[in-house]
Amino acid sequence: MRYAYLTLLFVVVSAVSVLGFRGSLSQRTPLEIFPDMDRQPKYKPQAESAFFADRRTDRPTPVGVVPFGRTALAPEAKFLAEDDHLYRGLAANGTPARGYPAGITVDAQFLERGQLKYTIYCAPCHGAVGDGNGITKQYGMGATPTYHDDRLRGTPEGDLYHTITAGKGNMLSYADKLEPADRWAVVAYVRALQRAQTGTPADVVPAHKSELGLK
Amino acid sequence: MSNLFPKSANKLPLQILIFIGLTTGIVLAGVTYYATPKYSRVGYAPTQPVPFSHALHAGQLGLDCRYCHSNVEKSGHSNVPTAQTCMNCHNQIKTDSPLLAPVRESYASGNPVPWSKIHQAPDYVYFNHSVHVARGVSCVSCHGQINEMEVVHHAKPLSMGWCLECHREPEKFVRDPKLVTNLDWKHPGGDAGQLEQGKKFVHDWNIQPPQSCSGCHR
Ligand code: HEC
Ligand code: HEC
Ligand code: HEC
Ligand code: HEC
Ligand code: HEC
Ligand code: HEC
Repeated sequence: MRYAYLTLLFVVVSAVSVLGFRGSLSQRTPLEIFPDMDRQPKYKPQAESAFFADRRTDRPTPVGVVPFGRTALAPEAKFLAEDDHLYRGLAANGTPARGYPAGITVDAQFLERGQLKYTIYCAPCHGAVGDGNGITKQYGMGATPTYHDDRLRGTPEGDLYHTITAGKGNMLSYADKLEPADRWAVVAYVRALQRAQTGTPADVVPAHKSELGLK
Repeated sequence: MSNLFPKSANKLPLQILIFIGLTTGIVLAGVTYYATPKYSRVGYAPTQPVPFSHALHAGQLGLDCRYCHSNVEKSGHSNVPTAQTCMNCHNQIKTDSPLLAPVRESYASGNPVPWSKIHQAPDYVYFNHSVHVARGVSCVSCHGQINEMEVVHHAKPLSMGWCLECHREPEKFVRDPKLVTNLDWKHPGGDAGQLEQGKKFVHDWNIQPPQSCSGCHR
């Protein structure tokens, strides 16, 4: 009988030492003991396909596809992304447009959206106040410019929009992360940052003057 | 004839019963401990083609999760970033690091980096990131402290029981949607504060996570 218990102990100890404990890190793919309908022959995003030569289920758009640009902001007219101002930041004569596209009102809510998107997508390099001193500067990205120079203050909104959409020099495009309306929100927020740097005491709303120790 | 079985054999049936009982107990304990996603999934950490560190990028650099997982608020699927997302910085930082060779290759050729998928809901389950994130369920509730992981591992079981634990008591988890990507955030008032604020959110936004089968198996 003693041998039976010893064998049992041995089995338990070896099982635990092979299987380990819950939560220990492992490279093994989780077992699917009854894989009933766990993996169905359907395509999910960013998954692998056995059919296409490049093994992607997400198909790249074929050449010549026309963009379908209907947005919540403009439910009807913007069918084929044909509004040059909204989608490409261009004025009627093909130069970068000044001002914001029709249909966009720059208000506090719009700026807040711009601030959120700016903080996520731009601040790591351009810094929270747009001075070009984001966290990446410490790691060797010296080329990030500040927004606070005369050229960028004077450049049309359409040009800033174009920088986000297509990138410029070492800065790559953010078009895949920001939809057109969000890009305009970021542009508006960049303008707000620029304005904040050139503010004077006269700009402060009377109600807030005492907080800042102004007369 | 009378000596064929020794006296001690009288106890044998009892001893065998005890032994069988004990063995069954151990096997049952083993099955409950091991045959669950808490064991089979939690801790899964495959080797990735690029040793990408969330502890560095999300923790130390403080990048927001949405910088890379940019669709998480908008779609059911939370995308793994494109190679271009990495090249935003790595065209200027560590430009010749051998560790980043697959990313550069992917950026040049357009073929995706073959990341291994870690969290994988079965295909008969409907899961959607955007509803959860929009309602203030933080990534940390379902993925653990990603911003401290050198290598991402499966931190929660993602089993049906686990989903339901939260769907029955969402007030224990929901927070201000602005804070979903701040994984270190805890309610300053502790558990009691969380519960109180959570109850308020659940009431104000009429949060009703599905508990009926067709909510998740549709
Ligand atoms: C990964 C770092 C990085 C991020 C993130 C980034 N930028 Fe840049 N940005 C740069 C660099 C580098 C340059 C300089 C490009 C050059 O001139 O080569 C630049 C230049 C610019 C310029 C000046 C373009 C000009 O006309 O000279 C603007 C405007 C700008 N960025 C806006 C943005 C906005 C808006 C965002 C957020 C959507 C953003 N950037 C995000 C790195 C970044
Ligand atoms: C710099 C880009 C970047 C940032 C920022 C980032 N991630 Fe990731 N994330 C990745 C990449 C690349 C992968 C795929 C490789 C891997 O698993 O490590 C990934 C994988 C993951 C996975 C596992 C996906 C799977 O296969 O199941 C989770 C979960 C995740 N990230 C959550 C987060 C959270 C939460 C944050 C914010 C704290 C975050 N990530 C920030 C790039 C990023
Ligand atoms: C916001 C800028 C930024 C983005 C975006 C970014 N990284 Fe990094 N990465 C860094 C910085 C900064 C370092 C640290 C460099 C150092 O230690 O000097 C780094 C280091 C690394 C390293 C270690 C390199 C080495 O040789 O030690 C790897 C690997 C890496 N990143 C992968 C990625 C991948 C994959 C992505 C895309 C999902 C990505 N990074 C996106 C900024 C970034
Ligand atoms: C309610 C739980 C929950 C929350 C909150 C959550 N996730 Fe997930 N995540 C999951 C599940 C479940 C999967 C597996 C989905 C699948 O296989 O379809 C997953 C998968 C992922 C993946 C792999 C790609 C995919 O969609 O399959 C990434 C990346 C990811 N999550 C990132 C995030 C980030 C970033 C956040 C926070 C903004 C977040 N998740 C919040 C449960 C959650
Ligand atoms: C930490 C809390 C939490 C966890 C964990 C969680 N959920 Fe949810 N779930 C919620 C909340 C909150 C809602 C939003 C309910 C609402 O808006 O009324 C929700 C809503 C849903 C919905 C309804 C979506 C719709 O379109 O109606 C589905 C489906 C769902 N969850 C599936 C899952 C699955 C599957 C899992 C497990 C992998 C899971 N959830 C884990 C909190 C959670
Ligand atoms: C909150 C979402 C949710 C709800 C509600 C839900 N399930 Fe599930 N169910 C899941 C998830 C997630 C899994 C996958 C579990 C896993 O992979 O470990 C699952 C798995 C299953 C499985 C397969 C188990 C297996 O391992 O093969 C069955 C059967 C099932 N559910 C039945 C039901 C029934 C019946 C109901 C209604 C009483 C229900 N589910 C309600 C999320 C849900």
